[in-house]
Amino acid sequence: MTTYYTKDHEWIAVEGDTGTVGITDYAQGQLGDITFVDLPEVGNAVKQGEAPCVVDSVKAASDVYAPVSGEVSDVNEALGDAPELVNTEPESGGWLFRLTLADAGQLGALMDRATYDEYVKGL
Amino acid sequence: MSADDASIEANDNFDESPLEPEVLPVDAWHRAHGARMVEFAGYWMPVQYEGIIAEHLWTRDHAGLFDVSHMGQLMVSGEGAAEALEALLPGDISALKPGRQRYSLLLDEAGGILDDLMVTNRDDHYYLVVNGVTKWDDIAHLREHLPDEVTLNLLDEHGLLALQGPESAAALGSLGLRPAFDGMPEVTDLRFMQASAYYRGDVPLGVSRSGYSGEDGYEISVPAQDIAALADALCARPEVKPTGLGARDSLRLEAGLPLYGHDLSPETDPVSAGLGFAISKRRRAEGGFMGAEPVLAALVNGTPTTRVGLAVQGRQAAREGALVFSGDHPVGRVTSGGFSPSLNHPIAMAYVATTHAPEGTALTIDVRGKRLPARVVSMPFVPHRYFR
Repeated sequence: MTTYYTKDHEWIAVEGDTGTVGITDYAQGQLGDITFVDLPEVGNAVKQGEAPCVVDSVKAASDVYAPVSGEVSDVNEALGDAPELVNTEPESGGWLFRLTLADAGQLGALMDRATYDEYVKGL
Repeated sequence: MSADDASIEANDNFDESPLEPEVLPVDAWHRAHGARMVEFAGYWMPVQYEGIIAEHLWTRDHAGLFDVSHMGQLMVSGEGAAEALEALLPGDISALKPGRQRYSLLLDEAGGILDDLMVTNRDDHYYLVVNGVTKWDDIAHLREHLPDEVTLNLLDEHGLLALQGPESAAALGSLGLRPAFDGMPEVTDLRFMQASAYYRGDVPLGVSRSGYSGEDGYEISVPAQDIAALADALCARPEVKPTGLGARDSLRLEAGLPLYGHDLSPETDPVSAGLGFAISKRRRAEGGFMGAEPVLAALVNGTPTTRVGLAVQGRQAAREGALVFSGDHPVGRVTSGGFSPSLNHPIAMAYVATTHAPEGTALTIDVRGKRLPARVVSMPFVPHRYFR
């Protein structure tokens, strides 16, 4: 499994043709307390850069962009009762949705962990 | 990921100034206490320390300390100051006794709200606390309209701390404040909307029992160089934690208290805003304040729109700007909204057509193309617990 990162602070962990998407620890720290996650519907096709998911914090609603194109294959139902998982386990139990990748080639433009960490340091 | 809705961080409609934000007198104190600083009202302000929900709930149960030094503290003094203020405010200022505080409004000729504020009779002058975003406009408005013999001073060498929550009196009462004048009440004996002067050591403090959270608490005017020591002394108490603007906003929303620039503006008037209580009986009878004619007419005839509280079903928040519907018909707009930490569901304030304003009216709110069911409820959403 390889994890990639976007400049908008999403991560996507890829295994075979499935990618699991969430927001980074940095992102959840910026948003503060998450109170609701508006998840996409399984079966929906999403294009890279579209926002199939919205994360609500006390302060604001924030779009979560699809790091790559694909079809939504699963969503994290646990967030319905426990949206705070995005705060407490942003890069594991607080994952948002899974995609069946349409074009694995799109992953090439994303960052690896070390590059992302450097990117965040510069913010 | 990107924030795109109304938020304290990203969206301050009334601050379009290209100037660099100012820093609070105790900017370093906030940063040392782990605050995340954001730009608000032209200042770098602490939006949160440990987290908005934790700070919010702590304030409801114990006491939160807020630095609101961005707000404008004004002194109005001189012969005829009460009458001069009454020409601009709809409150009964001449009946306001020394040591008493009142909520009032600055109105324009059309009855639009220029600002909401607190007025205190400090015996030898009136002390006004106005919003940070509007303070410079307020000062210009007051200077333009106050007669020459009335003096306006901005207390820009003073900070303002708010201590809010049920354990506020225990905390402030432990600091050894002594009344500045014999026979004046101890700080713990002040009642809601009473104010008095104190000394802590040789530091003069102006203290009122009031605030913006719906809880018991105080607002403390303190010389800028003494803010940090006072904040340290309060936060050394086990019941007090520093609390940011984020929780201040969620607390005031639950308390049903409007926020200027969002729920109040020159396009809103006191009657549709539900602030008729700020127009005293005598002023209703006599008029004579700026905007009196349209405002008094609205008191008699009603207004086409009314500010209401909405309890939103589910967990998704409706925020400022969201349209409110009855069936397929748009009937209003949300002016502030968010998740209520105390109630554990979203709440909002909206202006809706008065025909749809009665308590219990079922409405929907458009949030990103979804219609969230909502119901008109009476405000405050969370009962006030003032010390009366």
